[in-house]
Amino acid sequence: MSTEDSLKSKFPQGELVFSQFRDNHRIAVPAAHMFDVLAFLKNEHHFDMLAELTAVDYLEYEGARDRFGVVYVLVCTKSGERLVLKTHVNDPDPVLPSVYSLWKSADWLEREVYDMFGIKFSGHPDLRRILTPDEFTAFPLRKDYPLKGRGERHNFPVLTRSES
Amino acid sequence: MAMKDVPDNIFMTTIDAAASWARANSLWPMPFATACCGIELMATASSRFDLARFGAEVMRFSPRQCDLMIVAGRVAMKMLPVLQRIWLQMPEPKWCISMGACACTGGVFDTYAVVQGVDRFIPVDLYVPGCPPRPEQLMAGIIALQDKIKHGGTLNGTEFGKRTQPMGPAPFDLDELIRVREANEKLVALS
Repeated sequence: MSTEDSLKSKFPQGELVFSQFRDNHRIAVPAAHMFDVLAFLKNEHHFDMLAELTAVDYLEYEGARDRFGVVYVLVCTKSGERLVLKTHVNDPDPVLPSVYSLWKSADWLEREVYDMFGIKFSGHPDLRRILTPDEFTAFPLRKDYPLKGRGERHNFPVLTRSES
Repeated sequence: MAMKDVPDNIFMTTIDAAASWARANSLWPMPFATACCGIELMATASSRFDLARFGAEVMRFSPRQCDLMIVAGRVAMKMLPVLQRIWLQMPEPKWCISMGACACTGGVFDTYAVVQGVDRFIPVDLYVPGCPPRPEQLMAGIIALQDKIKHGGTLNGTEFGKRTQPMGPAPFDLDELIRVREANEKLVALS
């Protein structure tokens, strides 16, 4: 039974949207079922590697209904099969369940998504910023964040030659 | 002692000039190399270009042993406190070369994460333009810095004490000005 068929029989009809572009298999999952689908794929279909976890901000995107899309790329190391899962979350307070319990590689990937987009992952063991400094307050990859920042790059003490 | 009594192999000079001469010809660089300029810096130090000809080949990776900081490459917002700390750890007298477009002005990286010129936050003695500068360019910079040290250098470094003003432009750019104006207009519209 293919992954698609088994997912269709396991989860209620109409909730998962399957699509394909060339050899790229994609599933759109509602956020409520996201963890169950991922756990099912890992346990039943041997998708034992979380290759990528990233997010997209669809603010002011034409035809978009949700603010953030979170993308999981799974790999089955037995067959080499790849699967792209996408789920959507919205403002205010975008939260998803953490998949750290399924794949350890989700640790830093979820921290990165949290750092850049402000999407929280409930159940993550250590959800801190990973790229920007700890005292950073914004989420820079959100579309409403200005490219040049809000003055963070200027917020340092100035050393003059006489005092250093 | 009359001048005629001085043998030919004795030179008369000021102690400032002697100290400056010694310092200028034994610059020990601290390679703060964060990007492609660092590759050019390495090429400058290696045999083809041979920075040793100017006495500046002793790259030291401890700031306590250096007197010339070469900031080669873009400096990210998160890296700047490190840069400042390394600069403060270097013993006097010390000089700083800002190498390449990114270190001088931020270059093409006009984003929230990249500092728009290290001279805004640390004192810079010499700018080497280029993206990245060729090793010849960096060597020309080092020769120019040697000239600068030889002319005006003092034994106790009093010339440094006179530089009380920040070197770079004020940390403010046009976009921020526009943003501030827009925010003020919104506030006015609300009230």
